[in-house]
Amino acid sequence: MTQPFLEIDGLAKRFPGSKGEQLTVFENVNFDIQKGEFVCIIGHSGCGKSTIMNVLAGLDEPTEGVVTMDGKEVSGPSLDRGVVFQNYSLLPWLTALKNVMFGVKARFPTWSKEKVEEHSYAYLRMVGLTNGAEHRKPSQLSGGMRQRVSIARAFATQPKLLLLDEPFGALDALTRGTIQDELLKIWQDSGQTVFMITHDVDEAILLADRILLMSNGPFAEVAESVVIDIPRPRKRAEMIHHPAYYKIRNHLVDFLSRRSGEIAASPREQSGGRRQPLTVRPGADDEKPTPDAERVRPHLVSLAG
Amino acid sequence: MTRSYDFRALALTIVILVVALGAWELSTNTQILPGAGEMTEYERLMGGGSQNAGVPAPSAVMQKAWEELSDPFHNTGANDKGIGIQIAYSLMRVLSGYALAALIALPVGFLIGMSPLMFRALDPFIQVLRPISPLAWMPLALFIIQDSEASSIFVIFICSIWPMLLNTAFGVASVRKDWVNVARTHELGPVKTAFQVILPAAAPTIVTGMRISIGIAWLVIVAAEMLVGGTGIGYYVWNEWNNLDLTSVIFSILMIGVVGMALDAAFGRLQRAVTYTE
Ligand SMILES: Nc1ncnc2c1ncn2[C@@H]1O[C@H](COP(=O)(O)OP(=O)(O)OP(=O)(O)O)[C@@H](O)[C@H]1O
Ligand SMILES: [Mg+2]
Repeated sequence: MTQPFLEIDGLAKRFPGSKGEQLTVFENVNFDIQKGEFVCIIGHSGCGKSTIMNVLAGLDEPTEGVVTMDGKEVSGPSLDRGVVFQNYSLLPWLTALKNVMFGVKARFPTWSKEKVEEHSYAYLRMVGLTNGAEHRKPSQLSGGMRQRVSIARAFATQPKLLLLDEPFGALDALTRGTIQDELLKIWQDSGQTVFMITHDVDEAILLADRILLMSNGPFAEVAESVVIDIPRPRKRAEMIHHPAYYKIRNHLVDFLSRRSGEIAASPREQSGGRRQPLTVRPGADDEKPTPDAERVRPHLVSLAG
Repeated sequence: MTRSYDFRALALTIVILVVALGAWELSTNTQILPGAGEMTEYERLMGGGSQNAGVPAPSAVMQKAWEELSDPFHNTGANDKGIGIQIAYSLMRVLSGYALAALIALPVGFLIGMSPLMFRALDPFIQVLRPISPLAWMPLALFIIQDSEASSIFVIFICSIWPMLLNTAFGVASVRKDWVNVARTHELGPVKTAFQVILPAAAPTIVTGMRISIGIAWLVIVAAEMLVGGTGIGYYVWNEWNNLDLTSVIFSILMIGVVGMALDAAFGRLQRAVTYTE
């Protein structure tokens, strides 16, 4: 078996709690992400999703465990991993275009100013922000426009891995839908690998190849890896008529409303070694769980018709 | 709406000005000059016998202003320099002391803002030195530097360093962590992070400190020049008082105000240029 693109191994994060005890946010978190995969992670608030993402970005250090990308251990931030923060994190004193150029200049320091600007423009065009909006400062843009600038900046640096922390959390449903479609389009064209945090079950089903489910914290873990057996390209309106859709959706909702808490309450078996999350395919025709080794990019195989 | 508001405010300003000047003019006209025969020694000393007895009328001040401003740079001897020359001396001292202060306060403030350790280590010094009146340094400065010119520049330096230092440190320390993370995820080195992210983020706070500093420096230079003498607007005021020329005193007070306002306006403009909304 070839080595996966991204390997998360025995990750744990503990904070010093009150009275000298340690507060374990999550532990024993293991999962892999293949190249070109779109993976979402869902879990209740406070279970440690953002912490995991910050560790993947190299902005935060885990208490235990290692993250390996492309065979190299992750230590510290890198331009190979682009981050779209939940609160956009645009620099407010720069215009939209300058914000994108900031990223491009950092990525390609040898490029001429014209080339940087041209490249940045191309990505702003991709997110539909080229009719005057590119010369405005973030404070003069709507939330959705800011988010698109933020996505353009991340994609323009052409990272190998894109990390998105609830990127659409603050947007209204209509804008959200538009940007989701844009994100899918860019992802499919660029072949980048995406890891995204979301609270929205439908959003995850629409976007993801695979959804990781986290149990409740403290002592949270990644309990399941749900394969989304819905062929691409997916359309919001058509997708809900797909037979797999409700099976997957029910599985996710059931996990979030009931089982995430039960797992948190159940005693932990002291299993040594690397325990991968259980792979489930609620949308597959046959309900047999697939063995781990056979996990492949589902939208390339397209099991359900 | 705001335009008519501006207009009304301007009209009101003019009304207040006219009324105040009118009242001033009237009160000086009705002033009873003491008869020369009954003058006490003190009154004679205070100029009661001269033509300029009493507070001069605004018309006299305006006439004086016209004379002075029509030839601001005349230079006919140590005690007869135009107002423009005097102000230029003061400005030169203020700007050199201020520039020196900025040269030290901005980098040190940056360092303190970046490093909680340095902040803790330097805080006691800052807390003790900051409340000292800048003029209290004057004797020490004169003794050590042995030069009145350099001493007044030093006093300006010492009074304008603190607001710049503290505001820079505070501004740098409170840059949003998200923006620093943007720099980190883009692999910016420390120098690029400082200039491309932290400096623009902290600029509004830093410029506020610089604006406070220039205001204080301009306040202090007048007092310093009164002490040191020789040249400058502060010396000019004191000299005219010794000459019992109250008209010139009032005129130079107004000029001090006008120059201070111009300095503040310049920094206000700079402040507007670096301010951003989140
Ligand atoms: N500095 C800290 N000290 C102690 N506990 C912390 C600290 N930072 C985070 N935590 C805890 O870590 C847990 C995980 O935080 P995290 O932000 O990763 O959650 P999340 O899953 O992203 O939640 P949400 O969905 O609300 O964004 C939280 O319970 C939080 O209380
Ligand atoms: Mg979070």
